Amino acid sequence: MTFKILIVEDSRASRELIAATVESIPGLEAVTSSSGLEALKLLPRHVFSLIITDINMPDINGLELIRFIKNNPALRDTPLFIVTTEGRETDRDRGLALGAVEYLVKPFSPRSLEGLVRRYLQLA
Amino acid sequence: MNTAGKALAEFIAEGTEIVESLSKDLLVLDQQRGLEPDPELINGIFRAAHSLKGLAALFGQERIAKLAHQSEDLLDRLRLGKLSLDDQVLDTLIESLDALQSLLAEASREEASDALGERVSTLGTRLADLGTVSAASDEDPLDRLELSEQVRAVFTEYEEHRLRENVRRGVALYRVRAAFDLSDFDTGLTELNARLKPLGEVVSTLPSSEPGGLSGIAFDLIFGARVSTEELTQKLEGTPAQLFALVTRPAAAPVTPRAPAAPPVPPAEAGSTPVRKTAKRKPRTPKAPAPQTPPDEPLAAASSTMPTLRALEAVSSGEASSSSPVRTLVQESPTPRGTRSEGESARSLTQTVRVDIRRLDALMNTVGELLLIKANLQRMVENVRLDAGVSLSKVWGQELSRETRQLERKLDALQEGLLEARMVPVGQVFDRLARLVRRIAREVGKEIDFIIGGGDVELDKLIVEELSDPLMHIIRNAIDHGAESPEARQAVGKPRRARISLHAEQKGNHVVIEVSDDGAGIDELGVRELALRKGLITDAQAREMSRRELLNLIFLPGFSTASSVSELSGRGVGLDVVKNNIGNLSGIIDVWSERGQGTAFHLTLPVTLAIIRALVVGVSGRTYAVPLNSVLEILSVKPSEIRTVERREVLDVRGTTLPLMRLARVFGHPESHPERHFVVVAGLAQERLGIAVDELQGQQDIVVKSLGGRLQGVRGISGAADLANRRTVLVLDVGALLEEGMSTERRRA
Repeated sequence: MTFKILIVEDSRASRELIAATVESIPGLEAVTSSSGLEALKLLPRHVFSLIITDINMPDINGLELIRFIKNNPALRDTPLFIVTTEGRETDRDRGLALGAVEYLVKPFSPRSLEGLVRRYLQLA
Repeated sequence: MNTAGKALAEFIAEGTEIVESLSKDLLVLDQQRGLEPDPELINGIFRAAHSLKGLAALFGQERIAKLAHQSEDLLDRLRLGKLSLDDQVLDTLIESLDALQSLLAEASREEASDALGERVSTLGTRLADLGTVSAASDEDPLDRLELSEQVRAVFTEYEEHRLRENVRRGVALYRVRAAFDLSDFDTGLTELNARLKPLGEVVSTLPSSEPGGLSGIAFDLIFGARVSTEELTQKLEGTPAQLFALVTRPAAAPVTPRAPAAPPVPPAEAGSTPVRKTAKRKPRTPKAPAPQTPPDEPLAAASSTMPTLRALEAVSSGEASSSSPVRTLVQESPTPRGTRSEGESARSLTQTVRVDIRRLDALMNTVGELLLIKANLQRMVENVRLDAGVSLSKVWGQELSRETRQLERKLDALQEGLLEARMVPVGQVFDRLARLVRRIAREVGKEIDFIIGGGDVELDKLIVEELSDPLMHIIRNAIDHGAESPEARQAVGKPRRARISLHAEQKGNHVVIEVSDDGAGIDELGVRELALRKGLITDAQAREMSRRELLNLIFLPGFSTASSVSELSGRGVGLDVVKNNIGNLSGIIDVWSERGQGTAFHLTLPVTLAIIRALVVGVSGRTYAVPLNSVLEILSVKPSEIRTVERREVLDVRGTTLPLMRLARVFGHPESHPERHFVVVAGLAQERLGIAVDELQGQQDIVVKSLGGRLQGVRGISGAADLANRRTVLVLDVGALLEEGMSTERRRA
């Protein structure tokens, strides 16, 4: 079975790096989006096992995206990670309060991301 | 390329893109000096620094990450209103951008110089210590805004700050609700944003999980309006937007509102009250009934809506209130990151790919090869057609001919596409120059208005990259020596601020870039004196030279020295180098000057160096290619029509005298004596020259390849190209030949 992971990140290079980390785990497929709006388009088209999002994005910020997902009965159980450069306490707290399960501050090590992804998807 | 190399290239490419956008936005901010900064613009700049920091950290580029972080920190305080934007802050930000650019350049070469390290470290300290803290107030204006906790929870700190600012200023706030179909909500939202942005500030866009229809999605946009409710309602007609006024309680302590707030209305479900309600709203085709609330007083339009125009108006009316020594004015408004439409920002990332210019070169070479095959096929078709002895069926011949034409059309399209892919706006260089101008003007204590125009004119990327140094050289001269001091200008009745402009314009196959100033101009008599003293011209030559020829002496090697600077309004510092650089790009440089009025340099450049159409000519049994874009016409001339005036050969062409150059003589080939010469009339900018050749062999598309080894420095040759018959020929450098022709005239005179 293939798990699809949605990555929402406006920096192309960061997006590629996260996608490469995710796809290094067998059975995982990364679907990427460069903005919150694009992510809204992708959400109804796939079944995602995990969503990884940045906070600071131009159209819809990551917090707004999380709120949308958590208010949507079909999506609310999907685990959500925040991966961001934002080191601010308030944003971290808000992200977690809205329902994100992990908050990674860039630069994170690909190995730590890999470990978390494996844990939440209950992969060996 | 290995993986590490690829990662570095990816980082450099995105980093450069970010720095370029940062540069554009800072330039706009610079133009707005003295005006209240546009919050969206500041946020755009912050976001760029923020992205660069994250990116650099992710790719282990610590020096860039650190400086980006320090800049971001300052910008964060700025965008959150904790710091005021003053000249010092802006200057330091511009310096940081320069440093980031240098760091990126070093990173791409995998270097890390100590000198740059020191500069970055000093800058870091300055960034941390800068700025005056804005006065804080005890009450939080946000507490006066009726908004549900659920909505408040998703605002970032910045969004909260912007809301706070809007409340504090008494701006009427609205919740704009719009539902769209899932299939095209991005287009709908983009359209709505495009309508809203000129009318105020979209503080936040909240997707709602409670859509109006089965397959729809709704958005709540928190909007601070700079116009009246009436106008807002009117401007939103035809969109599915519904307006709800957000209630703001009056402040406990008196504030100084810029405009009256929306009238108080009772709170509703999300802390807002509908301004109007449609009975049963159909998505995308709503009606717009008259507003139910009494019309507000029109709000004062924000000062930042047309900064460029305002700045230009101030200049043209002679109003120079800015205390800044340099103002950069862009004649066409650049698109700052912050004001870019949503659609563009979301789409440009997905629909653009970055390609290494070397790959395009390789593709271009392949096209060159295909062009040769096409030419061979055409030749074969022609031979078959002419050779009656070949028993090929007529039908086969026609088919071959048709297919060849088809191939030709496709190749033309491919070639055109590839050429377009290499084109970049010349404004990339202009923006960089604008920042350098600021620094130099400050160093020499001049007051300058730097005006940029035509930045969207496109040129081959390689040419654009090579333009930076020559342009900087000319502009530096204009600031150092062209522009007079503010006092000297006032003494002769000129405005205190000197005007230096940089303008690009496309003219057919060429782009003309003009750098002009309204300074003291060049004293051509001084130029003549100096050239005589240095032995660059003889007395006899000096007497015959026109004013234009005298001015052109400033391009001669050895003309300029430090001592000449003060004597001759300082023109000519190393301009021979500039001229060579432009010549290497197959361009030409020309100067105009009027004493007391100013000076203008015109750089005429080809649009691309990649594939050109060439005229193939023969001289003494050798073949050369002449770029067709510099060929004006071809004449057939009898030897008796060639006259000698002052020991130079000339031709009379429709009443004007055209200098003639025999190509065989230029390259030292034995000269033939045909009954008729073909004269290729070549020209760039205002220069004209007749080049005498023995035969014309036709036209061809060629890919010019640069020459290596000893041939590299041969004057009059710009490169080599393969022709259809597999022969390699030399390509004439028309710019250099024009120069040669002119200087030969001077030597012979």
